[in-house]
Amino acid sequence: MEIKEQTEIKEWVKAAAVEDFPRNGGAAVLVNGEQIAVFNFTNEGRWFATQNQCPHKGEMAISRGLTGDSEGHPKVACPFHKKTFSLEDGKCLTDEEFQLKTFPVKIEEGYVLIGIE
Amino acid sequence: MKKRIVLIGNGMTGYKFCEKFASSPLKEQYKLVVFGEEPHPAYDRVHLTSYYTGTVPDELLLAPAGWYDEHNIELLTNEKVIAIDREAKTVSSEKEKTYSYDILVLATGSSAFVPPIEGIEKEGVFVYRTFDDIDKIKKYIPKASKAAVIGGGLLGLEAAKAVLDDGLPTSIIEFASRLMPRQLDPQGANILKSKLENFDLEVLLNKSTEKITGNGKLEGLQFADGSTLDADLLVISAGIRPRDELARSAGLEVHQRGGIVVNSKMETADPSIFAIGECVVVHNMVWGLVAPCYEMAEILVNNIGGQSQEFLGFDLSSKLKLIGTDVASFGEALVESDKIKTIVYENKSRGIYKRLNISEDGKYLLGGILVGEAEEYNMLKQVVNNKIALPENPEDFILGARGGEGAAGIGVGDLPDTAAICSCENITKGDILSAIETDGAESVPKIKKCTKAGTGCGGCAPMLDDLLIHYMKSQGREVRKTICEHFDYTRQELYDLIKINEFKSYDELILAYGKGSGCETCKPVVASLLASIWNDLITKQDTIQDTNDRFLANIQQRGVYSVVPRIPGGEITPEKLIVIGQVAKKYDLYTKITGGQRIDLFGARVDQLPAIWEELIDAGFESGHAYGKSLRTVKSCVGSTWCRYGMHDSVSFAIEVEDRYKGLRSPHKLKGGVSGCVRECAEARGKDFGIIATEKGWNLFVCGNGGANPRHADLLASDIDKETVVKYLDRFLMYYIKTAEPLTRTSKWLASLEGGLGYLKDVVVKDSLGIGNKLEEEMAELISHYKCEWTEVVRTPELRNKFRHFVNSDEIDNNIKFVPLRDQKIPAKA
Ligand code: SRM
Ligand SMILES: Cc1cc2nc3c(=O)[nH]c(=O)nc-3n(C[C@H](O)[C@H](O)[C@H](O)COP(=O)(O)OP(=O)(O)OC[C@H]3O[C@@H](n4cnc5c(N)ncnc54)[C@H](O)[C@@H]3O)c2cc1C
Ligand code: SF4
Ligand code: FES
Repeated sequence: MEIKEQTEIKEWVKAAAVEDFPRNGGAAVLVNGEQIAVFNFTNEGRWFATQNQCPHKGEMAISRGLTGDSEGHPKVACPFHKKTFSLEDGKCLTDEEFQLKTFPVKIEEGYVLIGIE
Repeated sequence: MKKRIVLIGNGMTGYKFCEKFASSPLKEQYKLVVFGEEPHPAYDRVHLTSYYTGTVPDELLLAPAGWYDEHNIELLTNEKVIAIDREAKTVSSEKEKTYSYDILVLATGSSAFVPPIEGIEKEGVFVYRTFDDIDKIKKYIPKASKAAVIGGGLLGLEAAKAVLDDGLPTSIIEFASRLMPRQLDPQGANILKSKLENFDLEVLLNKSTEKITGNGKLEGLQFADGSTLDADLLVISAGIRPRDELARSAGLEVHQRGGIVVNSKMETADPSIFAIGECVVVHNMVWGLVAPCYEMAEILVNNIGGQSQEFLGFDLSSKLKLIGTDVASFGEALVESDKIKTIVYENKSRGIYKRLNISEDGKYLLGGILVGEAEEYNMLKQVVNNKIALPENPEDFILGARGGEGAAGIGVGDLPDTAAICSCENITKGDILSAIETDGAESVPKIKKCTKAGTGCGGCAPMLDDLLIHYMKSQGREVRKTICEHFDYTRQELYDLIKINEFKSYDELILAYGKGSGCETCKPVVASLLASIWNDLITKQDTIQDTNDRFLANIQQRGVYSVVPRIPGGEITPEKLIVIGQVAKKYDLYTKITGGQRIDLFGARVDQLPAIWEELIDAGFESGHAYGKSLRTVKSCVGSTWCRYGMHDSVSFAIEVEDRYKGLRSPHKLKGGVSGCVRECAEARGKDFGIIATEKGWNLFVCGNGGANPRHADLLASDIDKETVVKYLDRFLMYYIKTAEPLTRTSKWLASLEGGLGYLKDVVVKDSLGIGNKLEEEMAELISHYKCEWTEVVRTPELRNKFRHFVNSDEIDNNIKFVPLRDQKIPAKA
């Protein structure tokens, strides 16, 4: 998984400093003109990133959703109509029709970097 | 060609006949045509009072109109049958249609008995049996100022409560020397009487009404003993009259006191004609409850199908809740004989009376009466009906705490599988256990869905609960409403854990008592609990809040937000109105007067919120909490300061109450209203708490709402002064906050509260749990921590900084787009 993603990544973009993101929650960043939602699971020491636009009604709101897990798998709930998405593969857990694009994230020297294809 | 069954009457019994027909092989041989005189398809007459209090007709229908079609049953509503031609085997309707039948079933029910009193035809006199009757009463209420009900039986008391709750002083007039003479003995009736009088219902016994006075319109009643009573609205509830007029004119036998005579197989003398329900006399009596009527319907369907079942009489036990008071009688309740032993428990100060009738040999329970407290009813009824041998000390039944398990050592486990748990639908204990076991119906709603038990009068619901708990326990399992997979605790347990451990954050709680990373269910629940317990600033833990709470504003289409400043009681100065106008203009916000008497400014970007609020706060506004599960508004009417009808100053009181509870976090949102008189211009009874001025003080109503299931609030206390209103409100709100399930409005909470309104009154008004002071202190503590959330954000740079769309850029969200509408803007559709 890790390796496959590594190979496809063209560029790691510095999004923002770690402390700019809320603990155990999400925030949006603008990266190369694209809105990306970044999630900081402080308790697990993990980070995730997805497109910020919800595929349900097109609202730019995924970053404002409540985060959490379902049986250990990280997820986010869109604040609008509470559709929930897996943060591992972006699949909608409540409605198979929808899918979020995910991005790899890494932390370097106190910064959050996002891998763009 | 199929043969035809014509059914006259689409009431409760008629519907049951349709339902049983639709699931029997009869439907292959017969076409069923149903005539109903009323405009609506069959509805739940037993819950007619909930129509009175606002439930929409659709919710009370026994089956939607489309159901008949789907089952190939032809239903003709608003179509009264006026003649039967037994020779030609036809019926004809008022609309001059004629239908032939092979089998004719009469289920014409009964009508309210209206005694021939002089002046009974006057305007303002009503009966209480159909939707139409209720509509008429409702229409008349605003013109009335004092109500009377003739008849102190079951239905009369129900009608009296309904009009009393509409704000009319009400008197009950009973001919006999006691209330509910068919169900209660003198001692029990006496206790009930004093309970009702506590609720301001006047009870007049031994009164025979001789004349109804007034000029065209009812103005008063005159009794045989020479006394009189003023009243301008009268509901007659003096018993029922079986509707046998069709049968009578067709030459079928009717009983001398009314009612179509049938044998125990529901047959009349004409082999093609049958009759069922409240219109018949069988075993020499009219059976005026739904359960026996349903049984007749089922027996008839089976008999037409070739069986030979008989109606052998039925248990006429009944339990009802009258004005928050439980009243039940079961088995042989009223026997007076030296041959039986009775055990009586009476507690006048608490308004409780219980009586058990025991067989001479002391082995069996024959029947009994319960007033004021009737939790044991279901169990006792089972003990009678199943002839369960009594334990050594049967008095434990009425002295012990609860009926379900424990009392006198007999519990649901001791019932035979054949025990009828739901008598309306005739569902046995065995049926219910098999639904739980084989169909996995592991909650009361699921059992109801699976078996139909509890869908009639609903009286057996506590027993379903007991059965489920008993079953789960026998499997070594428990039934608990835990929050979600991250916390194996109920909301109530989490409330206590947070308090005892003095946890101030979600992280502390999940570390100590939960697992994983939480989710969108438990985070807001815990956030709300923390806020309800500590009233700390919620923005400190912004990522556990539901969206609206995270940004202290309601999210709207295109991800913009609304701004609703608090306008207590709806009162606002011109200066403040101007500021709202200026702010709206500067930030180009759409403005609208809300349904809650304030002004909503829509279309703000998240990054604009702090600046907008800063300007509003500088002008003296505060957060309106339109985004929170917390106090919203306390609506007011203009009241005695201006209004010619106003009794007291409702605006000042509304402002006082709104200021007191502003910012209070609760399981769901809270709304209040204060009206200056019964005309109710503030719609206070549509609110979680409503205060209405009376001549002597204020009436306090609780647990009303609008929303999807509107409900009028119930009277908690009447004619109390302001201090007492506030005291009761403190207790009421705090008790709700402590015990309600997440996202449960006060109305739903009350519906699920064991003991209902009576219990709530005991806790709040009588302080039966002895926690009144504690609740008041806890409320005082919460109130003392109030801070305007927006003021804190605006003044704290670190909090203010959270209101940005991107954390790495000051660009604005390019997804936000507006289109014009009537000189303002609205979000463009995504
Ligand atoms: C603005 C307003 C409509 C209006 O333009 O008049 C409104 C707007 C919303 N209502 Fe309401 N309700 C508004 C008065 C009402 C009323 C009337 C009243 O309060 O007198 C009711 C019926 C009374 C009641 O509360 O039962 C009402 C019953 C609801 C309900 C149903 C609640 C229920 O128990 O069934 C919801 C849904 C909920 O809360 O879960 C709701 C939810 C909402 C939300 C917050 C939906 C949401 O989550 O986005 C709406 C967005 C508000 C916003 O964007 O600012 N709104 N809502 C009214 C604001 C009043 C205020 O000043 O705060
Ligand atoms: C306020 C109230 C509360 C009650 N509470 C309880 C309770 O708690 N528990 C309980 O067990 N029972 C209760 N009852 C009694 C219960 O409602 C009746 O036992 C039940 O409705 C009887 O059903 P039925 O179908 O026989 O008669 P109904 O429900 O009266 O139905 C008969 C129908 O036939 C129609 N009809 C009559 N003649 C014709 C005609 N010629 N052509 C076409 N249609 C015709 C009538 O319009 C009516 O719609 C209550 C009744 C009332 C009014
Ligand atoms: S009624 Fe529905 S659409 Fe209208 S404001 Fe309330 S929630 Fe929104
Ligand atoms: S827009 Fe996200 S769930 Fe509807």
